[in-house]
Amino acid sequence: MDMFVFLKMVPDVVEELVIGKDGKSLDTESMRMKLNDPDEHALEEAVILKEKYGGKITVAALEAPEVDEVLYTALAKGADRAAKFVGDWTRVQPHAVAKVFSFFLSSGGQQLTPETLILLGAQAIDDLEGEVAPYLADILGLPYVGVVTAVRLDESKEKALVIKEFAGGLRGEFELPMPAVLGVLSAEKPPRYVPIAKVRSVMKSAWIETLEVAPPEAAMRLSIDRLFVPQVGGRAEMLEGSPEEVAAKVAELLIERALIRK
Amino acid sequence: MSGSILIVAEHLRMEIADTTYEMLGIGRKIADALKIPLYAALFGKDISSLTSHFGAADSVLVLDQLQLEMPSPDVVANLLNTLVQQKDISIVLVAGTNVSIGIGPKLSFRSHLPFLNFCRNIQVVDGKVAFTSQLFGGKILSDICFPGNRGIVSIYPGSFPVDQGKSEKIPAAEVLDFATEETKVSFKQFIEPVAGDIDITKQDVLVSVGRGIENADNIAMAEELAQLLGGTVCASRPVVDQGWLPMSRQVGKSGMTVKPRLYLSLGISGAPEHVEGMQRAGLIISVNKDPNAPIFDVSHYGVCADLFDILPALIEQIKTHAEEKQLT
Repeated sequence: MDMFVFLKMVPDVVEELVIGKDGKSLDTESMRMKLNDPDEHALEEAVILKEKYGGKITVAALEAPEVDEVLYTALAKGADRAAKFVGDWTRVQPHAVAKVFSFFLSSGGQQLTPETLILLGAQAIDDLEGEVAPYLADILGLPYVGVVTAVRLDESKEKALVIKEFAGGLRGEFELPMPAVLGVLSAEKPPRYVPIAKVRSVMKSAWIETLEVAPPEAAMRLSIDRLFVPQVGGRAEMLEGSPEEVAAKVAELLIERALIRK
Repeated sequence: MSGSILIVAEHLRMEIADTTYEMLGIGRKIADALKIPLYAALFGKDISSLTSHFGAADSVLVLDQLQLEMPSPDVVANLLNTLVQQKDISIVLVAGTNVSIGIGPKLSFRSHLPFLNFCRNIQVVDGKVAFTSQLFGGKILSDICFPGNRGIVSIYPGSFPVDQGKSEKIPAAEVLDFATEETKVSFKQFIEPVAGDIDITKQDVLVSVGRGIENADNIAMAEELAQLLGGTVCASRPVVDQGWLPMSRQVGKSGMTVKPRLYLSLGISGAPEHVEGMQRAGLIISVNKDPNAPIFDVSHYGVCADLFDILPALIEQIKTHAEEKQLT
């Protein structure tokens, strides 16, 4: 198989997000970036497929803080080649990101064949103008399935059979010919852990290709009027005190509502 | 004002999704405010009998074809693109669900209308339609208007009242005669939910654990509390993805929608995908270290603390209570 996994960095929401002075964008200075969760699963699924069917994995990402570490980690997990697109991509929305990825796939002697599978995270928390995978599929004219949680090949090895999640545990199986684009929500197994030592040793032996692509003209179609933090705690009454005091208050609430018997 | 509103009906196995009614309700409001028609697009196989549910719309546009059983987003987007042009559609509402994912971006690609994801609120102010979308897992909200009031919006499930989209009226139905194009993506089969050890949708008490539980071993503590309360343990997606609990215990968008009398959340930040599955619980008490965690927005009571401080105290408290009860 010839797999491409496109990775996207997103702000780590564990950290406080600060709105910039313009009131319309985030203050990037205070932001910590991390790999988008579903993208980590897309990579894991690719590594699982490589172990099962053989082939190679190319990972590529837009330049962002911490992205080198993410790409080296991907190499340590089993990717064969890593590339990053240099530039400032902070305001670039998914349809434009998809264009950048499509340039990459149609350049440098790359060929899309019936062995090609392109995997991306199903969705990212900053996909204001939509998900990257369906846009990329449209630009390339390839079939697409989103919210994928498992992938296997049929006997011809030219068709992918994928499981898509609906809701309430109900899933559906779809078949699509390759080359194809998948939006992966979760891999069949939890993303593997690689020790830092292994990542460090990869850093010494492998390298990240840097690619220059001019950002597409229409990086963003919508214009944001304002960003704001929702009023948190508007509904919850906060219980305060020592753990024992809090526990006593919770128990009282449960007694009041007959959730535990008095 | 010219134009019209179109909602894209979502249904699965002959059941209309709640989000469809949410879209009908809010769609009706916008259409009335702008004095323009509201259409509903209903595509599928053997779905003509569902048209009567669309009384909130002025007209339901029906395409009932064999090939439209579980159509791929390409097929739906192609059909919608034709409708957008024929009916002078200015705003399209699609469901922000797993089932409908991909339709919005693909219609945007074809129609060149901008697409807005994660919409939680819509208002009409001075003839302008103003949208509020959530970003970064609900940590930030964003106000946006479409240029010329024309665009495609994905509605976050649970954002609008379902009841307002239900109507006793018999809607006008228009049967479309579009040809459906061949698609490369074929639907093979449904895979039924894995029969879980416990049906969490039937529990009165749920103790729910999130990423904050840190590892599989710590779940035992939550189990202990759940047992003391006569309930069971469930989880948010990251815990299930790690394989610490089976998928049958997952609450949220891809998992189960639960409505217990008590939902005690531990170390769950409250990503919208999770909230979607538990917001209608009778009593929600949440413990989280982050004072800004969105879970506090939907909880009745909140505790801003380390769950590993609170959980043992809570177990102790409930145990003592049970012992006192036995003595009396």
